Amino acid sequence: MAEGVVLMDREAIRRALVRIAHEIVERHRGTDRLVLVGIHRRGVPLARRIAANLEAIEGAAPPVGTLDIGLYRDDVGHRPFPALAATRLPLPIEGQTVILVDDVLFTGRTVRAALDAVTDWGRPAAIQLAVLVDRGHRELPIRADYVGKNVPTARREEVRVELEETDGQEQVILVKPSRDKGQERRGGE
Amino acid sequence: MDDFLGIAELSTKTLEDLLDTAQALSEILSRPIKKVPTLRGRAIANAFFEPSTRTRNAFELAAKYLSADVVNFSSTGSSLEKGESVWDTVKTLEALGVDAVVVRHREAGVPQLMAERLAIPVINAGDGEHEHPTQALLDLLTVRQRFGRLQGLRVAIVGDVLHSRVARSDLYGFLALGARVTLVGPPGLVSEEWREWGAEVTWDLAQGIRGAHVVQVLRIQRERQAQGLLPSWQEYRERWGITREHLGWADPNVLVLHPGPQNRGVEIDSEVLEGAQSAVLDQVRNGVAVRMAVLYRLLGGAAE
Repeated sequence: MAEGVVLMDREAIRRALVRIAHEIVERHRGTDRLVLVGIHRRGVPLARRIAANLEAIEGAAPPVGTLDIGLYRDDVGHRPFPALAATRLPLPIEGQTVILVDDVLFTGRTVRAALDAVTDWGRPAAIQLAVLVDRGHRELPIRADYVGKNVPTARREEVRVELEETDGQEQVILVKPSRDKGQERRGGE
Repeated sequence: MDDFLGIAELSTKTLEDLLDTAQALSEILSRPIKKVPTLRGRAIANAFFEPSTRTRNAFELAAKYLSADVVNFSSTGSSLEKGESVWDTVKTLEALGVDAVVVRHREAGVPQLMAERLAIPVINAGDGEHEHPTQALLDLLTVRQRFGRLQGLRVAIVGDVLHSRVARSDLYGFLALGARVTLVGPPGLVSEEWREWGAEVTWDLAQGIRGAHVVQVLRIQRERQAQGLLPSWQEYRERWGITREHLGWADPNVLVLHPGPQNRGVEIDSEVLEGAQSAVLDQVRNGVAVRMAVLYRLLGGAAE
């Protein structure tokens, strides 16, 4: 249905998530005191997959939480309110290293909101960020610690991540700006 | 949705969205730090022209957990005693710069009239014998949490249905979401007219709560007895009181609700109220979550 350039196929996504898991293990020398938190919506299945990869590598999976940043947006009252999904963090997060997981890193505003949300639950030892795609165009001083793929994009282009769990198929595509205003927007921030 | 005035005027979709939002927001109540910044910089006025403790407290906490500022206003200890009218008071609140008004009034329709005159959102916290829509939301949420659904459940609403705004809002809400509702109470306090809405109506408690999954027990207002509408408390309890024996007619997993405050030993026995089937504490807790959902829905998004 969606037209555009395929940036990552099923196999590329799988390999990127395996590599991210290896980088996490290397950086943390294991999975002890580690918590993965998927940012709703596509960050959640990505966090679960990275946790499964960590278990395959280390024999132990870290706890996985889910986070909806709707209550922490910086544009509350400026656009129609989005529906809220469940936030469930494995507690306590005091002293843990929290790795936020999202599909696309774009302006950085979602991550900014996620940082506020996580720190409302306590004071982790560190917070890191893992993303499947970094497409640039940051509006805040935020960077990712683990990146599946860096993709240079134009601002008006759309990076669309589709996952089996949320979309029934598995790919990352770059969609050129369309004149058709009715097109569904998603996969960004 | 520009105001929140009654359940009757909500679409099923909006009702379900509000319950989903409340469910998501209820997570905040179990956090170590119960505060999110969502409505920072917004001010909400609680304008209560009729006494209320739990509804007003629940609205106040809901607003504060969302970081809104709250000004409380009640008919005692304010300019109302000096003869200031409701309209003047509300206009004053608006001029003070509040972003929403929560209204309770003993007369039906006052929130509706306010909504017509005020540019800011108006939330009905109970108006006369008309509606108490946030109470219905919390009842629906409590039941949905326990059974995982509302569709197909049998719900009995027992007591002074005629004068109850809770009964009215509950009736609309449960019917809209696919439950079967039976209204039970003394002759003169339940009206046959409700059959037109799709409810069953009976004076007989045994018949009314047989197989019920949910029994909503309405508060008996003592002044009704003076009006000759009620028998003695003893007789009321024997015929319509929710005692452990009477509850035996309902489904074994029945959930008992009461909007509070309760007249123990009249419409409900202490034994039932404090028993495993009682959901009254869940109701109080959910009362904060649904009010957060209403505030978020009215103030958290731009006009669509």
